[in-house]
This record gives sequence, structure tokens and C-alpha cells, in this order.
Amino acid sequence: MSASLQRGVNAFKEVIDAPVAAFFASCVHCGLCAESCLFYTETGDPQYTPIHKLEPLRRVWQQEYTLLGRLAKLVGLAKPVTDAELAAWSPLVYDSCSMCGRCSMVCPVGNDITLMIRKMREGMAAAGHAPEGLVTATQRSIQSGSPAGVKWVTVQAQIKRMQKQFGIDIPVNLENADYLVLMSSWEILNYPEYLGSVGRILDNAGATWTLSEHAYEATNSGIQIGVSDLARELVGRIVKAAEDLKVKCVISPECGHAYTALRWEGPNLMGRRFGFEVKHILEVLDDLRRSGRLKLKGSIDKPLTYHDPCQISRRGGVHQQPRALLRQIAPQFREMSDPGVMNWCCGGGGGVSANERAEPLRTIAFKRKKAQIEKLGVNTVVTSCANCRVVIEEALEHYHMNIELLGLTELVAEHLAED
Amino acid sequence: MSGLELLTWARGPGLVLAVGICIFGVILRLIEILALGRQADLASPRQNSTGSGWRTIFTRSLPPPGMLRRAPLTYLGGYVFHIGMAIAVFFFVPHIELFRGLLGLRWPGLPNPLVDIASIAAIIALLALLVGRLVDPVKRLLTNAGDWLAWALTFVPLITGYSAYHHLFENYTLTLAVHIVSVELLLVLLPFSKLFHVFSLFIARWYNGEISGRKGVAS
Repeated sequence: MSASLQRGVNAFKEVIDAPVAAFFASCVHCGLCAESCLFYTETGDPQYTPIHKLEPLRRVWQQEYTLLGRLAKLVGLAKPVTDAELAAWSPLVYDSCSMCGRCSMVCPVGNDITLMIRKMREGMAAAGHAPEGLVTATQRSIQSGSPAGVKWVTVQAQIKRMQKQFGIDIPVNLENADYLVLMSSWEILNYPEYLGSVGRILDNAGATWTLSEHAYEATNSGIQIGVSDLARELVGRIVKAAEDLKVKCVISPECGHAYTALRWEGPNLMGRRFGFEVKHILEVLDDLRRSGRLKLKGSIDKPLTYHDPCQISRRGGVHQQPRALLRQIAPQFREMSDPGVMNWCCGGGGGVSANERAEPLRTIAFKRKKAQIEKLGVNTVVTSCANCRVVIEEALEHYHMNIELLGLTELVAEHLAED
Repeated sequence: MSGLELLTWARGPGLVLAVGICIFGVILRLIEILALGRQADLASPRQNSTGSGWRTIFTRSLPPPGMLRRAPLTYLGGYVFHIGMAIAVFFFVPHIELFRGLLGLRWPGLPNPLVDIASIAAIIALLALLVGRLVDPVKRLLTNAGDWLAWALTFVPLITGYSAYHHLFENYTLTLAVHIVSVELLLVLLPFSKLFHVFSLFIARWYNGEISGRKGVAS
């Protein structure tokens, strides 16, 4: 066995815990997870059946953690996991899974398949079978702080632009602020208005906030590629900045997996609870709305719908807040099919969008979202994840769809009632 | 060995052996799972998520919105089989007598014609699910020897039980003996096949519900 394969198998062994064992022991091969997965429903290709994507991990569980499996291994009846097999599984584990979590909601025996994919990626990455695109993105994150290689000077340039455009002051490295604002690479590069919008809203609410020169990027490729050490390093930078600046709350940006990385995996990666709260921007907006500090006026007068980002809605629990906000400013807000926690992914989450190899498949998978939007018949879609936004925008181009795509935070900022 | 000899063995030492192996196997498998443990989740839960795991144990028995339409055979076949099988196993009066002898517990049975219908429904459902497994590309990909074994282990007790009740074969004693032996085989292999899901799914569903519940999502 090669050293890298050994590392991979060791990582598999390490991530298998009681939930994983209960999940594998319970699978009855009913195939319902396939029907919940857009990579299967849009291709009809059985290899994209979610539980099948875990086959190598399942065999390691069976051979290492069950009596019969160990006996079979002892007498040479067990089929060992090979390097070639992991190479063949790499597209299944990385390209055809956005870790959207829909299968975990559907599995009749209750298997959290997505959780197992997250775990399996640890072994895949350790064995050297992570896709090129994700490997480079992760390397750039470690070196420059951002998977897209965004440097602080880029952020500084955006700060200047936003200060001018929005007429606000953007504090940097301010101590004892209520909020530390983070961005994702996409927000720095493609949607800088996010920063201006958050600034205006927080100023308007009378909250204090700041950016940090040392932690401005919330994106965490370590989570996507499945290398917890790197994920810890990236989360650690934010934790250090937040604690150094003594902020009360860190706002995770309009980015799905950044929220998962910081809010749900963060404390577990760091091995301790944080001395500050972590909230998604939509949670902050809704808190402000409920406490009467977010005053809105006017409305957007066209039919529109909301695309739930998986990591924010189904895997993050933030699904009522966007609706409460939209109801205030969009009287013609309409739900698409399967709204909220049963949403369909845009196809580019969980690192799929950073993985060039997956691009053709991701474009096919988008047909699900396309059909949903077309069935509803609206021309405006609002969302709250910059990655969803980029993926959807590219797909809309590809399919020649004339749909306007908006970020919810920016939409809220446009309807601020200025004092 | 004559039918009577087999029946005597099956009702005596065979039963004790089968139940013993089944109990040992179930405990072993449960330990295999639970002994792995898991790390405490340090992320503070969004809300009080107490009970979310227990809720999912029940709610996961129902198809999520839209799923019944996507996979009607799997869901309906699954329901009819499980309910029919449960009625046949636990509400056929002679079975209840057996449980009383083994456990000292008794509960009211259902009229034989009802149990008969339930058994036939379960048999038809199992056959339909078998056809489904043979033709559906997803199921075919997932299927291994264990699936055929589990199917047969469940089907044979049903069909032999039905045959015995209706005296379909001349040698009733032998039919009954084969029925009991087939159930014993089912008991022996249950902990070591995918049939173990009858126990482990409660653990799986609980974990799923608990993990999601902490995030404020009812799964």
C-alpha cells in the first residue's frame, strides 16, 4: 500500500464514529437518496446515488469496525480499498456532491449522508485525490488568506470605493465593536456593494462595526476539500482577529459554507467555544428588524422568489429570516417549489464551483433550478450566498435565461428608511 | 429426519439457539456502533434542541414532500410490506401464544382473515420490491449478495407461514417445521445482515435529528 493511500485509509478510520457506523449499518439499499439528489435527477446516472459515493468509506468501516468484516479481512475475503478505486471515486465525492444535505433529509433510515461525504473528503484529500481546482484554491487561502488570492490591498481599494459610493465610513481594526464584518472572495471581487450595504444598515441601526486587516475573508476551502488542519488554520485567523478586537459578534457573509465553517464546524475545529457570537448576515438583519432598529420603506414592485442557499437554510437553520425580510419589502414575493429546508441546490456548493473538472456536470445539474424558476414564472430571484449567485449567474448565461439575480442584503439596504 | 423430528427440534433447541444467537448478535452490533462514540459538539445550538432526535425517529417514517411521487413503488411497497409483516408476526394468535410462552407478555390478536390479508399484501409487496430491485438501475447498482439474502430470509417465513396456515401442502407438520426453521434462520442472520436496520435505524434517525435540530432544522 502506497504511503498516500495509507494516509487516506487512516483518515477514513479516524472519521468513522458512532453516527457513521449507525448510518452504514442501517442502509437498506433502497435508492431513495438518488431521488433527492440533483446530480442524479438531472442526469439519470445511477453512479450519482449519494450513498454509492461513500462505498470506499463504507468498506473501511465494515473491514475495521465490524466483527464479520474483520473476520473476512483476516481470511482474505474482504476487498481492500485501492488507490485506483479512490481515484475513480474522486469525481463522485467532489464533482457530483455539493454537500447540499437534501439526501440527509430524505433517507428513510435517517442517514446523514452529507455528513459522511464531508468526512470522506478528509480521506480523499489525505490520499491525494482531491481535485486540482480545490487544491490550488486551498493553497492560495493558506498563502494569501483567500482562495481567490484576494489581498488586503484589494480590500482597501474596495473600501475606498464603497466609502465614496455609499457615503459611509468603513472602520478597520476598531476595538470593542458590536460586529466584525467578513466577506467572501466573491463579495470582494464581484459584489463589493455587499460591504457598502452592510455598512449602511449597521450605521443606520446605530451599531458599531469593523473590518479586520487580518481576517476579512470568510471563505474556507479547507472545509470543502476536506482538510481539517487547513480549515482550522483559516477559522483560527478569524477567531484570533475577533478576540483581539474584542468584538461581540462576527457576521458571516452571504456565503453558504463560510457559515458552516465558522458557525458549526468552527468551535469543533478549534476545540473550544468562542468568546463571541457567530451570525449569518440574515440573522443579524432579522434581529435588527425585530428589535425595530432596521427601518424599511418602500417596496420592490415585481414578482420575485428566493433561492435558499443550502448551507444557510437546510444545513444552517436560517430559512425564516429571509422570508420575514422579503415580506416587508417585496409584496409580490412567491415561493418556488420545495422551499426552505427542502430546497434544491444551485449545483455549485461544497467546492463544486471551485472545481473546473465539475463544470459540465454542474451546468447539467442546474436544470433543476432552471425548471423551478421557469415553473414559477418570475423574472427576479433573490438569494443570500455569493457563491450561489456566481453559479446561478453563469448558468443563466449558459441557458440564455433573462433572469435578474439580487443579493438580499443589498436589496434590504436599498429599502432603508434613512433617518 | 422426519417432519415431526424437525418440528420438535425447531420448537425446542433450535428456537433457543436462534434466539440466543440473535440476542448476542444484536448486542454485539449495538456495541460495535455505540462504542465508537463521537466528539461533543462545541458549536452552541441555535435553540433548545432537546427531543429533536426522538422526533426524527417518528417523522422519518413519512415521505418528505414530493418524494412519494418520485418513488411510489419504494414507498408504498415499503409500507405495505412492513405493516403487513408486522401484523403477521405480532397479531396472529398462534404467534402471540408463542410470545406469551417466551416472554410472559400477551396482547390481543387480530382475526385470522385480517392476518391472512396482511400476509398476502406483504408477500405481494415483497415480490413487487424484488422486481423493482431487478429493474431499477439505482437499486441494481446498490444491490449486493446481502440484499438477495435479506429478501429471501424475509420472504421464506412469510410464504411458508402462509402455506402452513392454508395447509397448501399435504405434509402440514413438515411445512410448519420449515416455517419455524426459516424464522430461526432469519433471527440468526438478522444482526449480521442489512436486516439489522430494524434496530440501528433508531440510532441513525436519532443522530440525524439531533445533528439537524441543533442547527434549528427539523429533519
